[in-house]
Amino acid sequence: MPEMPLYTDYHPRWLRRRVSTYWWLGKRSYFAFVLREGSCMFVAWFVVYLLMLMRAVLQGEARYQQFLALSSRPWMLALNIVSFLFLVYHAVTFFDAAPRALVVHVGKTRVPGSFIGAGHYAAWLAVSAFMFWLVLGA
Amino acid sequence: MIKQHPEPLLWMLFSAGGVMSGMLMPALLFLFGVAFPLGWLTPPTYEHVRALLANPLIAVTLFGLVFLSLFHWAHRFRHTLYDGLQIKHLEEVIATLCYGGAIVGSAVAAYLLWQAR
Repeated sequence: MPEMPLYTDYHPRWLRRRVSTYWWLGKRSYFAFVLREGSCMFVAWFVVYLLMLMRAVLQGEARYQQFLALSSRPWMLALNIVSFLFLVYHAVTFFDAAPRALVVHVGKTRVPGSFIGAGHYAAWLAVSAFMFWLVLGA
Repeated sequence: MIKQHPEPLLWMLFSAGGVMSGMLMPALLFLFGVAFPLGWLTPPTYEHVRALLANPLIAVTLFGLVFLSLFHWAHRFRHTLYDGLQIKHLEEVIATLCYGGAIVGSAVAAYLLWQAR
């Protein structure tokens, strides 16, 4: 371990401009950023909702019917419609960022970003269709 | 000695969770949260949903979805509180609650799916 550096008692104050807690309300792009970050709350909500559904199914048919009744309550329906919109926003922002995050090479040529982006959307469509088929029954 | 930082692993879980939740969640929430309650589509019978949960492949996928999505949430929420709301003095409490919550939620999912076999 290196020795701890010595600090003077009279360290100059850092120059740090104070930023308002509401900095993200000033500009459209900042607001979009905060909405995108906030989408994670709806991801977490869906996990809770999924666990509720799984628990209801485990407890038998009556509980499953109760869960379906709960899901049609107006407040629950409103929450889930808002959550659905946020989940779509989350998916779109994530898939749009994918070409910048993933650098794929085939041999020595780099796969263009548009391919990677389109690949994500195609997979999204296929996976969604498959889940509709699974849940609704063949 | 090189100190191992957990941050790269957490970012990896964050992106894996982001992709997985993006792929699976909108369709599932559309079905169970919007289309069935509004009567646009007929919800599956109890027997059908029960059989789906008992399928090992589906169970593993659902566990992965819960585990990765919760870590996605934990990481993003932690950084939003830190940078967005500038709550910097509570860093350790927030990190413990976020990742701790993700671990608890994953354990609940594992327990439920184990019971559903």
